[in-house]
Amino acid sequence: MASTTFKIWRGERGQGAFTDYATEVTEGMVVLDAVHQIQASEAGDLAVRWNCKAGKCGSCSAEINGRPKLMCMTRMDELPAGEAVTIEPMRAFPHVRDLVTDVSWNYEVKKKIKKFTPRPPDAPDGTWRMAQADVDRVQEFRKCIECYLCQDVCHVLRDHHKHDEFIGPRFLVYAAALEMHPLDTEDRLRDLKDNHSIGYCNITKCCTSACPEHITITDNAIIPLKERVVDEFYDPVVKLVRLLRGKK
Amino acid sequence: MADFERVEHDVLVIGAGGAGLRAAIAAAATGVRVGLVCKSLLGKAHTVMAEGGAAAAMGNVDDRDSWRVHFADTMRGGQYMNNWRMAELHAQEAPDRIRELEAWGAVFDRTPDGRILQRNFGGHRYPRLAHVGDRTGLEMIRTLQDHAIHQGIDVHMEVTVIQLLQDGERVVGAMAYDRERGRFRLFSSGAVVLATGGIGRAFDITSNSWEYTGDGHSLAYHAGADLIDMEFVQFHPTGMVWPPSVRGILVTEGVRGEGGVLRNSEGKRFMFDDIPENYRSQTADNEEEGWRYTQGDKSARRPPELLTRDHVARCIQREVREGRGSPHGGVYLDIAWIKERLPKAAEHIKKKLPSMYHQFMQLANIDITTTPMEVGPTTHYIMGGIRVDGDSQMTSVPGLFAAGECAAGLHGANRLGGNSLSDLLVFGKRAGEYAAQFAREQPAPRVEAGAAEAAAASALAPFERDGSPEAPYAIQHELQRMMQDLVGIVRQEGEMQQALDRLAALSERAQHAGVHGNREYNPGWHTALDLRHLLTVSEAITLAALERKESRGGHFRDDYPDKDAAYATFNIVVRRGADGTMQLERRPIPPMPDDLQAIIEEQKS
Ligand code: SF4
Ligand code: SF4
Ligand code: FES
Repeated sequence: MASTTFKIWRGERGQGAFTDYATEVTEGMVVLDAVHQIQASEAGDLAVRWNCKAGKCGSCSAEINGRPKLMCMTRMDELPAGEAVTIEPMRAFPHVRDLVTDVSWNYEVKKKIKKFTPRPPDAPDGTWRMAQADVDRVQEFRKCIECYLCQDVCHVLRDHHKHDEFIGPRFLVYAAALEMHPLDTEDRLRDLKDNHSIGYCNITKCCTSACPEHITITDNAIIPLKERVVDEFYDPVVKLVRLLRGKK
Repeated sequence: MADFERVEHDVLVIGAGGAGLRAAIAAAATGVRVGLVCKSLLGKAHTVMAEGGAAAAMGNVDDRDSWRVHFADTMRGGQYMNNWRMAELHAQEAPDRIRELEAWGAVFDRTPDGRILQRNFGGHRYPRLAHVGDRTGLEMIRTLQDHAIHQGIDVHMEVTVIQLLQDGERVVGAMAYDRERGRFRLFSSGAVVLATGGIGRAFDITSNSWEYTGDGHSLAYHAGADLIDMEFVQFHPTGMVWPPSVRGILVTEGVRGEGGVLRNSEGKRFMFDDIPENYRSQTADNEEEGWRYTQGDKSARRPPELLTRDHVARCIQREVREGRGSPHGGVYLDIAWIKERLPKAAEHIKKKLPSMYHQFMQLANIDITTTPMEVGPTTHYIMGGIRVDGDSQMTSVPGLFAAGECAAGLHGANRLGGNSLSDLLVFGKRAGEYAAQFAREQPAPRVEAGAAEAAAASALAPFERDGSPEAPYAIQHELQRMMQDLVGIVRQEGEMQQALDRLAALSERAQHAGVHGNREYNPGWHTALDLRHLLTVSEAITLAALERKESRGGHFRDDYPDKDAAYATFNIVVRRGADGTMQLERRPIPPMPDDLQAIIEEQKS
């Protein structure tokens, strides 16, 4: 099959430029295969992060033709035939080298979210009972592979650099999974409002379109969390009713 | 001289998949200082790819299950080459380890009465695998990761260990380098736990990620530890075969557990043709009964598609070799057919096997709810590994512990699906606890800078080779193809002898391989360092496979196609001899205590 040109961002710590490489594209190939071919032939030190090559680990995030994608799940035949392909690192995180960025900020953010705290077990043998219907939503959130593509496209992080204040869609999903976990007893709403700045999200839904796991980040996680925050802190009637009903 | 940063821990855990995370959590719970080294980023380790589930005899779906049945299933699957003590502990402790995950936030699929749902899997008598759709590994690693980050563990991400450091025999630390900056890090620690996973990258067609280069096996071997059972490599029967770029990617056994069937190009369910004697009484002899089994009918026996992996893989290989394969050299795995039996079958498949559905849709343009998949064997797992004490997981070298895939014993000659995730939890915990105890009881480690400096210097050598040295990638690819062809799923004397010669030549080339660029995030350099591990494990596998002149479990020899009772009495040990060459030893399997023997007998029917 035909040889295709790849314009790959090369450089260190934010300094860099596109370098052109040509490599053969064969049937069924994904972008990560092309990067590996280039690595094995002409650019032995081309830095790229990947692990599973099956869309399960969330390591190979990049911007392909300007779009947030997993390199291992982007087939060459879904890109315009005969045109050069550009591959750049994610832009919302500090650059390390070539296609690799420093995503350690995400790990720091996660630590700040209060951990899972279950209610006492339901049965004498220390186990719990949960209906499947009550965990479906949480399971959707727990599909997250931590690729951070949603963080990459969120304008609050990407353009406004609010990394110190805003936790980003990935961790709103994480907080939602904890808040909606049937066994959890912790309250994270004040943190979400005051320390995690959920209010910065203006529901553009870019994160949802970027998510390779098809998690409906905005509708299923962020909006319900926003509603809970509003109920908790801004709506006295709801608050009173809740209090009378004895709910959290 | 190479510079390095010094870091001290009481327990150093190398590897951050399920076993490493569980070990780190267990060690930290005893109050010692724990360091956790991840070859990649935290949460990306190979455990993430496990699909089917974690085996634990909780009896939530079928209350006839118990640890005794699980123990007997594991031993039968392993052809009695297993370390029976490990099989016993594993079967007894797995249920608690799974429930503990729930207490840490894991959300398993549920039974109608709200308990953890369990599914059928090959070789397990009753539905036993706790699971979350077909992404159980992700659930497990994320649960452990999210729990671990609140336990005061020091996490070293994208750090690769290049050598263990010893004080006399005792392991007292490790020399490592961080990928991002390319700088060396010297760890000193009272005890070290290896949890580095497997060796799949020694083969061309594999379901394993790039990290699986046998690091732990090789580090332990070079520190003088025994490896055992290295000939037992598991070729998973169902990997993707087309397109070439995805060849080897796993297709979960869960597909067959949910009713998927294997057919050849003539449309025949060939698995009914060859049911081994010791499984006959447990296996359905008609399609109807097999279907009922997958749908939870307790009176039905399992379909032959759910026989052990080694057997299914060889049957597929046979169909292909005899000309009844699919167009791209596999056979058909069909789950779409269940629409004949179930209303809303397409929705059912998407709900039960979501990752498989997306994987085939995205990578192969195939809708598995309407079209059969093409599948064939893929290198998946190594049963062999570092020899450990069943209770403490200590290796034959003091201060060095091992857990998970890099340790050997639990699975014998063949691992049952689902026994790996539970293995990681049960023995990860044990390794962490015993390593912490060892570190507390022994004098503080003394690490000599000399050995560390030598390790660093040899790691840097690929940068200093003059002329235009060969790049490491080509050597790695050649090694993988060679192992696949000569020491793969069907083996024979002549080919393996040839493999030894080829390995010697590749070793020689690896010594002269060179890399370009600088030390920061340089994958070429990393590949050069991985080569030593790959060569070591490849040689160990080949030598052990030559020594075992019979066929058993994952090890199949064309020239000795049958099981030989004389080989049932020992494990093959590989260790480094005084002259630096690889030595073999036949190590008798200790006799099983009467109570365990009795369980095996009672479960035979
Ligand atoms: S919906 Fe909110 S979190 Fe998502 S990208 Fe838009 S602003 Fe960011
Ligand atoms: S929510 Fe989706 S896009 Fe965001 S990190 Fe998780 S998988 Fe990636
Ligand atoms: S390499 Fe794992 S998601 Fe792409």
